[in-house]
This record gives sequence, structure tokens and C-alpha cells, in this order.
Amino acid sequence: MPHDAEAEIEITKELTLPKLFLRMCQKYGSKKVAMREKEYGIWRPITWADYLENVKTLCLGMVALGLQRGDKVAMIGDNRPEGLFAEMAAMCAGGVGVWLFQDSLLEEVQYIVDHSDAKFLVGEGQEEVDKGLAIRERCPKLLKILWDDPKGMRGYDDPILMSLKEVQRLGRELEKQKPGLFEELVAQGKGDDVCLLFYTSGTTALPKGALLTHYNMLKMGQNLMRVDPCYPHDDFVSYLPFAWIGEQMMSISAGLQVGFTINFPEEPETAQENIREIGPQTMFAPPRIYEQMVRTVQVKHLDASWLKRKLHEWAMKTGYAWADCLFEKRPAGLFLRSKRLLAEWLVFKKLKDHLGLSRIRHAYTGGAAMGPDHFRFFHAIGVNLKQIYGQTEIAGISVLHRDGDVKFDTVGKPLPETEVKVTEEDEIISRSPSVFLGYYKNPEATAKTLKDGWLYSGDTGFIDEDGHLVVFDRSKDIMILSDGRKFSPQFLEARLKFSPYIREAWVIGHQLPYMTAVICIDYATVGKWAEQKGIPYTSYPELSQKPEVYDLIVKPIMEVNRTLPVPARIQKFLNLYKELDADDEELTRTRKLRRAFVEERYKDIVQALYTDAETVHMDTSIKYEDGRVVPIKADMRILRVPQEGGR
Amino acid sequence: MGQDVELESESQLTVDGISISFGGVQAIYNVSFQVKKGEIFSIIGPNGAGKTVTLNCINGLYKPDRGRILFQGHDITHWAPYKRAEAGLARTFQKIELFSGMTVLDNIRLGRHVHLKSGILASSFYLGKTAREEIESRKFIEEEIIDLLEIEHIRHKVVGMLPYGLQKRVELARALALNPKVLLLDEPMAGLNLEEVEDMARFILDINEEERWKVTCILVEHDMGVVMDISDRVAVLNFGQKIAEGKPSEVQQNPEVIRAYLGDVEDLYATRR
Repeated sequence: MPHDAEAEIEITKELTLPKLFLRMCQKYGSKKVAMREKEYGIWRPITWADYLENVKTLCLGMVALGLQRGDKVAMIGDNRPEGLFAEMAAMCAGGVGVWLFQDSLLEEVQYIVDHSDAKFLVGEGQEEVDKGLAIRERCPKLLKILWDDPKGMRGYDDPILMSLKEVQRLGRELEKQKPGLFEELVAQGKGDDVCLLFYTSGTTALPKGALLTHYNMLKMGQNLMRVDPCYPHDDFVSYLPFAWIGEQMMSISAGLQVGFTINFPEEPETAQENIREIGPQTMFAPPRIYEQMVRTVQVKHLDASWLKRKLHEWAMKTGYAWADCLFEKRPAGLFLRSKRLLAEWLVFKKLKDHLGLSRIRHAYTGGAAMGPDHFRFFHAIGVNLKQIYGQTEIAGISVLHRDGDVKFDTVGKPLPETEVKVTEEDEIISRSPSVFLGYYKNPEATAKTLKDGWLYSGDTGFIDEDGHLVVFDRSKDIMILSDGRKFSPQFLEARLKFSPYIREAWVIGHQLPYMTAVICIDYATVGKWAEQKGIPYTSYPELSQKPEVYDLIVKPIMEVNRTLPVPARIQKFLNLYKELDADDEELTRTRKLRRAFVEERYKDIVQALYTDAETVHMDTSIKYEDGRVVPIKADMRILRVPQEGGR
Repeated sequence: MGQDVELESESQLTVDGISISFGGVQAIYNVSFQVKKGEIFSIIGPNGAGKTVTLNCINGLYKPDRGRILFQGHDITHWAPYKRAEAGLARTFQKIELFSGMTVLDNIRLGRHVHLKSGILASSFYLGKTAREEIESRKFIEEEIIDLLEIEHIRHKVVGMLPYGLQKRVELARALALNPKVLLLDEPMAGLNLEEVEDMARFILDINEEERWKVTCILVEHDMGVVMDISDRVAVLNFGQKIAEGKPSEVQQNPEVIRAYLGDVEDLYATRR
């Protein structure tokens, strides 16, 4: 196994994340940088000693305010050191961390804070504090709302509020009264204690809270790094929501075991720039991040001069040929290898630098389906992109591609200590030390998901001849086509999204005579295209309905159709007048389509797609993050996709 | 006009009976008001009422034919605009007046330039005091301005390429770089969408209320919703003359104001929709 046996820690049932944290702080102290945050335009280092001091005072401060073992601490805010301080502080006191998505609406915050019985809500600044104050009446168990960014907080004097600085001051006082209390609290922890209560985004129902233990999380990190080791001098950029298990897996599970440096961007808007400055060695992101990178490259390519365009096209052709050799595991010829070297030198090096991928060793994608075209793109430019598969309920991931054994239609092989099987009903089930305890206050859901230690995923798939797992789709999403064939809508949607002009796609056709699609155009790319063509527009709804834009969108659909069996081909489509949005509950917070919901919400559209209608009228509303609801009336055109010869 | 000594002391800026005419047009006639330290003072009125002319007189672009302007007790009527800027009078413009070929950061630095004391010789050696001054200046721009106005993501972008709403913000940033005591804002909300208006209103309140800044603001604005929400006092101009002054609620009730400018009370908030 390609791991450094010396560096691997022994994970016993006694070990907890805080104990490991203390061990790392003792090992590195002020000699090594644990985190970096870009602030006021400068990367500011935080050593392990600083990390410890912050966590210790925060932990004791929360204890002074009444935090007890097993109490929940809810957290909300952008990725920043204080977020991890709060999480680690809660764990050190024997508490349980509950993360909320930064952009959660009030009802979501209220549901999770109340359901989790959280005693503390740690917010970043004014925005989060406002959310907290708005829900406190409906969350009677909430004791304190803590905040760390003073901006805009001058007018707030509610006694439920307290700044993290003040909490830390209380912590220092308690430390003086009871020296050694912090170490005692940490020592009381056991590996099987719950450390995180993780609310899954849920494409169907209310979020469910998955209970994860220290042992789950530690084993997760260890088994991941047994496949792809990380090193203490690696850099990792933390910019995806902490409320997403993938981020916890990297920042906590893996990060604490090796002690690599976690870098926080200045603002969410500067993340891409900051990633480029850091040049991380490892990266885990959902497909939409990689899709966005491809879109950026495609758009820049359209903007470039003739010579650069031609050079890029030649390099990509070479890159694809080389990537195909990799995928097929046949050696590339000397000629191809030299061409590829030249392409790397002329084009790819620069390209990777701009994407922040110049030092990348492993890039992972997971959480949703990614189209094969995107996959090939990254391997063509020399980025080792690997698919992973897992759930929150297994503390992150269970299946992963191995280096040199990447197949873009599979998700790879199980991690060490992990078994993956497919049931007679084609459901993927898995078993590992990282499988969760169950759902918080929801025994029915737990019973459905956990049977004899096996985790039932609700995904349909199979294991191929090489032992790779192939994930077909969510079982409930699988479509039966007009000829009785089973079909994965996710697969088709991912293919459509390779077009830079298509942001989201929703494919319809389950037990219907033919397939149709609802498309959300990419406002930035299509808008730019329209400007170049001199097509005037003022808004997204208007742009989406332009006949020229329909002609633009139909092309990639026809291209995808060409590769599909006849019954799976898209016959009609329409451009939706708005982008699908998590605030409207159309997507989950991790941007997965909530199929049942959109089918209900847009049932007029679905109906119209299966009649002879050429337009469809919608009366609906858009919900803003601050809760305002604006009514919208829209007429959308339906376009028939020209069909070519069958296969 | 007789000066009330007590008012004079707490007044940050006094406009005392100024008049100006262009050819045969009397742009403003005998306008007086006092802006107190720490308040947001708005000047409203129909188009052509003389609001921008008043601002131009205050920061020195125009010289009034009659009357005086006092800033912190000094008569600045005959001061050059740059001297007024040094003394702490900054402004933004109705139509954006940035250097569109330069980056955001360079535009802001330019606003700071008047406070940099090092000469060309010292700057070319960049030693001791000069270096310290540069570092201080950088710290001020990054920590106080860019952070406050949330423009981290565009600091290296060329201004001309930015959307209008962000350019307005950059203009405010440049005005703040002067570290002003009084800030003149000429229609900061014009051309902004609802979200940008809300952001801008929040920034103005921050600049006015934050312990660090406590800047007195003089605001010329058409968006009545914003004016009535954030102003401490409002002066109403009509055909170059002041017809009313007082708290927003008082001005809203004033029958002359309603007749001259607002039409009826219903219209008061109409611009917001």
C-alpha cells in the first residue's frame, strides 16, 4: 500500500479528535503554521500554538457559560479560522458540533437549531446574528448567540449576544480558577462519543441529522490517506461549506492526522484567486466547481486571439489523445509523449496555474454525478482528477479511484477496511468503521438506513468486471424509458452541462412517451455571447427566451442526442425563465436537483412539454434570501429538437 | 445674518446666505444651513433646485457671489478646493469621476495622496519615515476602507471594467481615503438596483456611526425612501431657495414642501418602487 507506515497514527477507541489535536499542538507548537487566513490583503499565519490558545479559551468560555458534555453547538458562517476554533472548542468540552450552511434561510436555521437542541449558536457577524435573533423565540433551548466579526454590531445590546472575545475572556478567567480543567475535559472524551451532528441536505424531505463519532471521523481520514497520503507540508484551501461532509473530511479528519496547513480565502468572492495564490496539493470539491473551471476555460478560449485559440485547440487534442491512453491503460507512443510535453509547456502549465491547479497531486470530485466530458478535460490537461463516492452517513467517502486506475464512468474501488456490495435490488450498501450511529431523534429513518451494520445508500449501481463501483443514480430517480429500458437522468444532465451555456439541466421522461428537458442558461456566458452578437437584453428572463438563445442551446442538445439510444434522446426543451435556486427549495444546499419538488412546482411546464403547446405560461414567485417574495409572470417557448438518424 | 455663537461651536459646517448666478439664472439665492457634527444632513428638492450647485460651492468648485462658508469655524469661502480637501472635506459625484483606466487600489491610493508628506527624493530612497508612511497608508486603505466597503474581490481590477454599482462604491472608497471629517455625497444611490441601494445605505450609516469614522455626511439624493430613513435632518430647496428644514418627519408634514416638491404624501416613497 502506498502509504508511509511510520507516519500513520494508531486509532483506538480511546482516541478522540481533541486528544489528537492536543498531540499535534504539542508536536508542532509555534514552529509550524496550522492555518492561514487572508486578511486585509495579506496571508496571516496561525501556528498550532495560536490554534491551541484560541480553542482552549473558547472551550473554557463556553463551559463557563453552561456548555456540558453532549450539548450541541450550532455554527454558521463563511470558512474562517474562528469557525474551526468553535468546532474544536465544542468537541474539547465533549460537545457536539452542528454546522449550518452559510446561506440557509431562516426556516432552515430554525429547524436545525431547534431539532438539534443546540445551546449555542456561533455566527460570524451581523447577518448570522440577525438570523439567530429572529429564530430565538422558536428555539427555547438556545442559551447564547456568539459572534466574532464586530462589523455592524455596534447597535446590538441584546443580552443573549456575546462576542467570541468576551467568551474567551471568560475562558481565561476559568482557566485561572481551575488550571488543568481544559486538559481534564479533553481526557474525558472517548472514541465512540458523538462529535458531529450532520444534517444531510435531503433531496426529498426535511433534513436528517446524522450522528458521527470521533472514531468514525478519525478512521475516515486514515483510510482515505492510506490510498492517497497527505504530508505535513501540504497546503489545503478550505472554501467549501463546513456544513458539507467533504470539507470536514479534509479539514478535520485528514488535516488533524497529518497537520497540513489549512488556508482560508479572504472572502467567498476571492476564493478562486486565493486558491491560485496557494496552489494546493489536494482538493475535494463537488462537480459544480470543476464544471465552473471548465466553463471559465471555454469562455476565455472564445475571447482569445486566433493564434492562442489554435494553440489551445491543438494542445487539447493532444491532451485528449494522451488521456485516452491513460484511461485505456496502454502506453502512449514516443511521438505522442513528446507532443504532450510540448503542449504541457506551451499551454497546460499556464492553464493549470490560472485554475490554481499547478501543484495539485490529487483532485477529488464527489457528491453528485460528473459528466465524462469534464472528466476527460481535466486528465487531458494533466490534473489527476478522481471520482469518489460516499455519504454523510459514512463520514465522507467509501469508494475512490486509485492512481493509474481511473475510469471516468466509475467511482473506483472501496477504501481499506470498507466493504461495498450491491443488493439483489441493485442498491449499493457499505460497511466500514466510519458508518454513523444513526439519525438524531429519528429511529424510523435509522432503521431504514442501517441494517446489521450495513449502510443502505438508496443509490442504484453495480460492480463492474474490474471491481469498480458504478453508481447509476439515486434509486428513486431512475427513469423507465418508453421502450422499458432503465435510464439515469443525472447522467444525461451532466452531459448537457458540458456546454458552457447550460448551467442546470432537468431531464424529464419517466414512463412518458419521449424525453424532454428544462434548461437553465448560464447567465454570464450566454450574456457575454449575446453582447458579442449584438443581441439586446435586460434580464435573465428576457435573455432566456430569445430565439437566438434557443438556437444556441439546441446545438449541444443535438450533440448529446447523437450519442444516445433513440428513446433516450431529447425531443423538446424549454429555457426556464429563472435559474434553479436553493432558496426556492429547487436545489439542495449542495446544488442537487430536488426532482420531486420541481416536478410539482413546474407541473404546468411538464404538462405542456407533452402536448402540442408551443408556449407555456407561468405564474409564480421568487424568494430572496432575506425572505422577500416577488411574484413573476413568464411565458416560455417550447422548442422541438431536430432529430437525426437512429442508432 | 447674525451668528449664533452657541450654534457656531457645534456646527461642523455652516453655509451662510450664499447666492450664485450663472448669466441670468439665479441658481441659488440666500441659502443658509448649519450641519452639526456627526449628523447625516440631506438636501432634497426637484430637478434644478440647486442641490448640486450648493455642494459645488461647499467643496470649492464654484465660488458663491455672496455669502460665506464656514468649516470648523474657519471661513473657507476663498480657499482652493485642494486646501478644503486637506482640511477634511471629501466628496463623491453624481456622475462617476474615477480614473477608469486605473485599478481600484490605485484610485483609492490617489485619494490618500494629499496626506503623504514624503517628497520625491525621500520616496526614491524609501527609507525610515517614508517606508513607515507607506505602510501606515496601506494599512489604512486595506483595514479601514476595503474591508468596510467589501471590495476585496476587485482591488486589482481596472475600474472601467466594473459594473456601475461597484464603481459607485469605489468612488466612496476614494473619498474615504482622504480620511474626511465631512463627506459630501451627490446622489450616491442614482442608478443602483435595490440590493445595491441597501448596501450603500448601510455603508453610509457605518461611516457615520462607527467609532472609527464618525464622519458628518451631507447627502444630495432623490431616493426619498433612503433620505427619510437615514437622515437626521433635511433641507428642502426649490428654485434656488431653501423652503424648509427639519427632521424628516417634520419636512414630510410641511405643506409648502408637499406642494412644491412632493405633490402629495403618497409620492414621497414612490421613487423606491
